[in-house]
Amino acid sequence: MLELKDICFTRENKKILDHVSLNIDTDKFVVITGPNGSGKSTLVKIIMGIEKPDEGKVLLEGKDITSLSIDERAEMGIGFAFQQPVKFKGITVYDLLKLSSGKEINKSEACDILSKVGLCAKEYVDREVNGSLSGGELKRIEIATVAVRNSKFTIFDEPEAGIDLWSFQSLIKIFEDMRKIVKGTTLIISHQERILNIADEIILMKDGKIESKGSKEDLLGKVLERPICCKLGGSKDNG
Amino acid sequence: MDKIDVNLLHEITDMQGETFEGAYNIRKNGAGIERKVTDNVNIVTKKDVSGIDIYVKENTKFEFIHIPVIITESGLNDVVYNDFYIGKNANVVIVAGCGIHNDHHKDSQHDGIHRFFLEEGAKVKYIEKHYGEGSGTGKRILNPVTEVHLKEGATLEMESTQIKGVDSTVRETKGILEKNTNFIVTEKIMTHGKQYAKTIFNVDLNGENASTKVTSRSVATENSVQQFESKVTGNTECFGHVECDAIIKDKGKVIAIPEIIANDVNANLIHEAAIGKIAGDQLMKLMTLGLNEKEAEQAIIDGFLK
Repeated sequence: MLELKDICFTRENKKILDHVSLNIDTDKFVVITGPNGSGKSTLVKIIMGIEKPDEGKVLLEGKDITSLSIDERAEMGIGFAFQQPVKFKGITVYDLLKLSSGKEINKSEACDILSKVGLCAKEYVDREVNGSLSGGELKRIEIATVAVRNSKFTIFDEPEAGIDLWSFQSLIKIFEDMRKIVKGTTLIISHQERILNIADEIILMKDGKIESKGSKEDLLGKVLERPICCKLGGSKDNG
Repeated sequence: MDKIDVNLLHEITDMQGETFEGAYNIRKNGAGIERKVTDNVNIVTKKDVSGIDIYVKENTKFEFIHIPVIITESGLNDVVYNDFYIGKNANVVIVAGCGIHNDHHKDSQHDGIHRFFLEEGAKVKYIEKHYGEGSGTGKRILNPVTEVHLKEGATLEMESTQIKGVDSTVRETKGILEKNTNFIVTEKIMTHGKQYAKTIFNVDLNGENASTKVTSRSVATENSVQQFESKVTGNTECFGHVECDAIIKDKGKVIAIPEIIANDVNANLIHEAAIGKIAGDQLMKLMTLGLNEKEAEQAIIDGFLK
């Protein structure tokens, strides 16, 4: 279980997170949604250790990890898929998957992972993770680098952001299959109805606070009434 | 050859055990020590200056030629002139390079001047690796000069690597390209301590459809300094692309001076240069995969120079 206790984060006199407390149970598929600027990305970055909270604590399975570095948290089983996948020079998809898995994997194992995220593996495994790949391809590779780690707790920061409607339509199937790919708990920031639909729990954030949290059955209707959710798969955020 | 010699040869070439595939000439401390020629590749000692002439028969298919140089004598200043004459439509891989082992206080220096004359349709892959080692305070200095003359339809692909142990280097590469030729250069340099590395490229695209692509990737760490100068001149319908990409760390310095000259309206020349420290988002991504900051930095540099 992951616990956030009274997390505060203020920058340039703006309260980005305002006394946020939250419990996320093991093996749940949890979606965080809410308008732009509501603090969603900051919250997941605090879980990964990319940002440090001004106040409050982060606990993983009861252990206080607030002062731990990013790599120490990764070693403890937290995975993070970036909203904007990072590009490299010279590092191939295979190199990155090897680094991700933390052990020597052969090309056939790397290809299996790529196939699971919908990439024709042979065409990609030796390609450099650079700007020659499209936004959709980079997203899939990013998901593969996280999936290969078999983390206990995996975070996806708005996977639909920055890719076109057509790429997203095919990518969304992967998220629908996410439970088969990613083990353990999944925490995903999304505004997509199809992703909200597969959630065990939905967290609605507003103005740096958690406005409501509940099961899909309880909250989906409430969330869909608001103009923050996209039915067609674009990344438009009307909040 | 003793153990140090064999180690140096392994560092700079693809040596299998203690021998090479195909023709070879091993030079140690200023003199040839072993040579083998084949039916298609002849190696002749020069009479006027120190060095060798290498003759490859026309239509030779896929042969290897190794001409490594090793220096283990401190204080030696070795200058060698090697000329390669590659016959029409021949296709060979040439592995050169120099390894210096210096355990003493005097400087050891090797200046290799290599000239390539490729006849029509010839194809050469030229691999050159420079390496220095040893516990002495004497500097390890390498100043290679490579001059490439390509006749119609010829191609030369050059891979030049210097990763470790060379205190000072000025490497000069010159290309003179005729019609339908292609000259590809990939250079990788990493410098440490107070090392200095300067690269000068000078390519003249003289024939129609001549093309060149120069890619330089370098990492300057600690107090080392690197300078990259390139000059590509397009004198007709041609294509030239120069890319200089450098990572700087600690107090490392990199200077990139691009020059592209189009003397013809159909010349298409591009120069790209980027210098910067390792990107923070790259480090962060690798740290989310469980690498600590130092390991992440190393993985990024290893990939960059691969």
